[in-house]
Amino acid sequence: MSTSWSTTDKATSRPSAPGPSDDLRRKRRAAKVRRLRTGLPGLLLVAPALAFYGVFVLRPLAATVQYSFYEWNGISTATWAGVDNYVRLLTDPDLLGPILNALQLIIYFSFVPVVFGVIAAAIIRKMGASRLAGISRTVLFLPQVIPLVAAGIMWTWLLATDGAVNQVMRVIGLDGLTRAWLGDFDTALPAVGVIGAWVNVGLCMLLMLAGMTKVDPSLYEAARLDGAGPIREFVSVTLPAVRQELGVAIIITVISALRSFDIIFISTQGGPGSSTMVPGLEIYYLAFFEREIGQASALAVALTVLVLIVVLPLNRLTRSDSDS
Amino acid sequence: MRSAALGAIGLLALAACSPPGGDEEPEETSAPTTSATTSASGEISCGTEEVTVEAYVETGFPVFAELAAEFESQHPNVTFNIREDQFAVITQNAPRILADSETDIMRLPQMSELASDGLLLDLDPYAEAFGWDQWPSSQLEQMRVDDEGRRGSGPLYAMGLNYSMTGVFYNVELAEQIGMTEPPATLDEFDAYLQAAADEGLTPLNQFNGGATGGLAFPLQALMASYGDPSEINSWVYQQEGANIDTESNLAAAQHLNGWIESGYFADDINAIDYAQMMARFIEGDSVFIFTGDWESGNLDTQMPGNAGFFLMPPLEEGGQLGAMSAPLTYGVSANAANPDCAATFLDWVATDETARTIAVEIGGSHPMGPADAFMPELDESSVTAQTLAAGATVAENNGTMDFIANATGSIYAQSWTPQLQNMVAGQQTPEGLLETVQSDYLEQIGE
Repeated sequence: MSTSWSTTDKATSRPSAPGPSDDLRRKRRAAKVRRLRTGLPGLLLVAPALAFYGVFVLRPLAATVQYSFYEWNGISTATWAGVDNYVRLLTDPDLLGPILNALQLIIYFSFVPVVFGVIAAAIIRKMGASRLAGISRTVLFLPQVIPLVAAGIMWTWLLATDGAVNQVMRVIGLDGLTRAWLGDFDTALPAVGVIGAWVNVGLCMLLMLAGMTKVDPSLYEAARLDGAGPIREFVSVTLPAVRQELGVAIIITVISALRSFDIIFISTQGGPGSSTMVPGLEIYYLAFFEREIGQASALAVALTVLVLIVVLPLNRLTRSDSDS
Repeated sequence: MRSAALGAIGLLALAACSPPGGDEEPEETSAPTTSATTSASGEISCGTEEVTVEAYVETGFPVFAELAAEFESQHPNVTFNIREDQFAVITQNAPRILADSETDIMRLPQMSELASDGLLLDLDPYAEAFGWDQWPSSQLEQMRVDDEGRRGSGPLYAMGLNYSMTGVFYNVELAEQIGMTEPPATLDEFDAYLQAAADEGLTPLNQFNGGATGGLAFPLQALMASYGDPSEINSWVYQQEGANIDTESNLAAAQHLNGWIESGYFADDINAIDYAQMMARFIEGDSVFIFTGDWESGNLDTQMPGNAGFFLMPPLEEGGQLGAMSAPLTYGVSANAANPDCAATFLDWVATDETARTIAVEIGGSHPMGPADAFMPELDESSVTAQTLAAGATVAENNGTMDFIANATGSIYAQSWTPQLQNMVAGQQTPEGLLETVQSDYLEQIGE
């Protein structure tokens, strides 16, 4: 709908570049009328979606920004707080800590699954159409299908003191290393990260596989004729071909790390201490337990800005890559 | 495109017109005073016409549903519509539920802010009409909130279904194994039994301390009552002027707890286990002692009959001060309630009707509210329910009841006690630092 609108827009605005004449002016007026006529049904068609978008996305967004400048408990009248809430974000270690944790989670939620996803996809592609390829694809993608809450509960059982992870470690003689993985200050954040990595690896693999299928088989043939081994083939042919998919995978997983909530809420609730506290969870606690809606909103705005700061350069990176 | 942008700007403008929450205010503040006084002047009852009481209660505690069913059968015109949620969910929903819906009766979380915001009905007119003000005043004290949000005095904003009490539960068989035939009379004796259990290769203590639930606050507060004066802890919880948790006797209590941690008396994964896991392990016979409340008595009498015992945290010297956390199972009436009279009638009936009191004891496991000489059901002397009720009477005689230190402010438990106690378990916080940090957080939270 909107595409047809914008193409007419382009087509009619182009003739206006040379000097104006009567003929041109008349043409332009006619085009304007035509544009309105073709634009109106388009607008009408977009209107319902736009209304929903406005009410459920734009308005809450605006309200969050507004609340962030107030001190409000959610019930009584709010008092204007200016930028106090933002100043506290930068000075209070209780609020800064969660952001640092989220940045650390990027390693587990993004870096690890992307690397594993690429490797797994390359191996599965090699297997061709065999049954094993189908099974591995399903098994690796399954975590994406399971609700995050279920995944969180399952992993808390696996990582518990008497859970499967520790049982296996005892069997292979690593008794000394067993611990309550989610209850230990040193291992809680990495343990939560493992859950995230497990969830995201399927998505990354699927994206990579999709990218790899569009590679022309003759390229591989040519590489092989030039004497390339499987690793050389992977580095020189496969990897450049999936650059765009790689970009998408990194962006999606980085966002999932920064705004993580479900897995952590289920498995550790931010504990022990505040070693696994992340901004999403902190916003929830501030808003619904401490009833500091203003402070929670400020943190939410900061989180949104942080996501944009991290993701926009990545986005540009993939775009310029595809142009070159 | 242009109109879309215009629309967005319009929405932004719409959102930015007035400070949030401003327009609803006058209606809410006027509600409580008017409805309570007018209705309380006449005869208070559920009437004879069909009434549906909207209730919002905590899931996992069947006592409310049992009481409601019995009330329905005695008052055929009354129907309860019960919605259940976990306590954490109730905590986060409470202000909005009370402000936006016509919930008549609701399980309340920490209530000082709810009362200050004018969301709860002042129950004093009912207290006068029903004679609740003739009961021992300590029963209602915790549910009074003054106009500055301090608890302990002021109008009554809630009522209890019963009042629960905490202490030490033990596994009788395992206790015999370590030579404990009767509960310890002093803290030293208790320490000796803990050491004996450790020597036997048993897990002496288990306590939930994982996630967002710092259960070590239970033994910590029990130790505070052994070392110091329970009334000082109460004034801290009630936010009285100048109250301080960081005192010499509390420090001694925190150091004693840290001693237990360092001696390895607690299960080594307490920072990862939740309440349900602690109970499951205790019932399976994996730990000798746990700290919890009499709400488990009924459950333990069914799950491990004859094998569960209870005692109050022993004092430093034999015959010394006994203290216990004790709190009513608080239910409030919304300032917007459609049937406040019926809700209040129900709350009075719970405390006075013999069948209701029997349900409160047998299903709830805790002592019913009401006058000191009111009816009590017969109980099997050997049951743990009988032991907890007897202990409750002892504490009440000693004036040793305290409110839970986690109830001092809305967020002191989740934001201060829990993380700091978890830090202490991991050796990353000292007893001194624990109390200092909690006190400074407390001042910040009540200063606002």
